[in-house]
Amino acid sequence: MLRMTKAAAIALAFISLASAASAAQQGPYGIGRTATATEIAGWNIDIRPDGHGLPSGSGSVTHGREVFEQQCAACHGDKGQGGVGDRLVGGQGTLATSNPVKTVGSYWPYAPILFDYIRRAMPQNAPESLSNEDVYAVSAYILNLNGLLPADAVLDAKTMAAFKMPNRNMFIGDSRPDVKNPACESNC
Amino acid sequence: MTDSVDDSTATSRRRFLRKGAVIGGAAIASGIVGNASAIDSSSKNLPPNVPEWMKVPGDPMGSQLYGTPSPFEKNVVKNIPKDLPQYLSASGRTPLQDLDGIITPNGLFYERHHAGVPAIDPAQHRLMLHGLVERPLIFTVDDIRRFPSTSQIHFLECSANPGYKKPYGKTASDLVGLLSCAEWTGVSMKLVLQEAGLRPEAKWVIAEGADAAALTRSIPIEKCFEDALIVYSQNGERLRPQQGYPLRLILPGFEGNMNVKWLRRLHVTAEPAYSREETSKYTDLMPDGTAREFSFYMEAKSIILRPSGGQRLDTKGFCEITGIAWSGRGKISRVDISVDNGKNWQEARLQEPILTRALTRFRLPWRWNGEPTVIQSRAIDETGYVQPTLAELIAVRGEAFYYHNNAIWPWRISADGEVSNAADD
Repeated sequence: MLRMTKAAAIALAFISLASAASAAQQGPYGIGRTATATEIAGWNIDIRPDGHGLPSGSGSVTHGREVFEQQCAACHGDKGQGGVGDRLVGGQGTLATSNPVKTVGSYWPYAPILFDYIRRAMPQNAPESLSNEDVYAVSAYILNLNGLLPADAVLDAKTMAAFKMPNRNMFIGDSRPDVKNPACESNC
Repeated sequence: MTDSVDDSTATSRRRFLRKGAVIGGAAIASGIVGNASAIDSSSKNLPPNVPEWMKVPGDPMGSQLYGTPSPFEKNVVKNIPKDLPQYLSASGRTPLQDLDGIITPNGLFYERHHAGVPAIDPAQHRLMLHGLVERPLIFTVDDIRRFPSTSQIHFLECSANPGYKKPYGKTASDLVGLLSCAEWTGVSMKLVLQEAGLRPEAKWVIAEGADAAALTRSIPIEKCFEDALIVYSQNGERLRPQQGYPLRLILPGFEGNMNVKWLRRLHVTAEPAYSREETSKYTDLMPDGTAREFSFYMEAKSIILRPSGGQRLDTKGFCEITGIAWSGRGKISRVDISVDNGKNWQEARLQEPILTRALTRFRLPWRWNGEPTVIQSRAIDETGYVQPTLAELIAVRGEAFYYHNNAIWPWRISADGEVSNAADD
């Protein structure tokens, strides 16, 4: 116990030393090396729900249909109706029923996250293999299949960031504990 | 040397094969018997005879350089559904009813992957820490191991374990087998974040895995500072590939999906990512069409493992009831058991150690009178929260809720001793 306290004190001393020098080159333990801007740019593929991080380029619904047929239809169905992979299309108006259908069109709150997810994880057999143009295009086609984009539409960073998904405002915080068991003990 | 090892292994295998039909280990080991209980009483290995394995030396040292269970336990394996549409994004369950104590063996730890299990060379693996930090950093696996480390025992549970619709499952593993518990060794996330120095706007950390799903989840900064660990070992040995080798997150008490495996990147941000995994999945759809997001905690839960579904009591009389309880919000403070279909409840004994956000083993001595009944357990955690019934949960959440089902699971015992899931009746 005494040793623990001592170790904690030393650790704290390290930390306060480090924070005293605001532009410290090194952390309390001096472990790790600086990540360069190039290294970070190569790995950071996060796109924010407001569209921050979306790359340049654009893609049309028309081109998206071709990409979808080649890369996506085998698992998600030729019209996004689902198969081995998730259903992507339909379900709007079903969420408050006893048989809700959660799809991109009915459930997803943010269009830019469609780009984020397709780029990082799809197609399942070759993630991060599609060009940015292909990802924009296939995102546009999926939104079109859901009746959310016209057939002649083109998506780019600006239009995708501005796009409002139908279910955007239906997410709420966690209100658990939400169930109270009275813990009856006898003659229940 | 190598030759002799090979020889003895072969001998051992022959010896084993010679015995012919092998009976499922779990059924035999269990005091509650399965249908394979009738061991041939004419066996030459039973008293008054001396068993054959005492008449010749056994396998020599080095027969197995990494030990494996007895061949008689070959049926104690992960419970993987046979009819999944695909096996790259899939889950495999722990055979909870065949295990004892609170620690899950590494080879039986439950698995959930979203794009298969990557084969990562630790020498070529890096953890990048960037975003709202003073010094963006890159760590090797050895770098992480240089930090002051700690070992903690915690459960891990998949968020959907099980869903809210029938059928729920026949065995305890079918029901809640996406649950395991291990001793994790690693570094407090806090120390690693402090190494980079957080900017005042830092409120979330987006963790990313190095699998083909590049799975991302957002973690509130408070959790990172409370008890989050960057883990490199599980039950004393390095993480298995299925569990995130060489580095993973453990966020005690939070839903399994957030405990990102194959950890490669920590992006410190002011806002959550709202990634696919925390919007289109792992959100809780309510009957009115709204959906709860960022519902992290796994609430208090318990299940009786013996007797449990798929087992059979072959005789009246003494039968210890035992099972496990756990809560993402802290320690288990009490487990009640009913042996009369929920009419009356009595307190079970909690076996030490009782640890925060870990499995706790409970036991109750019981005598089965041979009559049909229903047995069930309910956990109460240190916050005073009581594990609810399935009906209580569905009344609030509806059947489409899907995640975070922590209901009481009742086991029906029939007059012939068969145990089945009463919730599926």
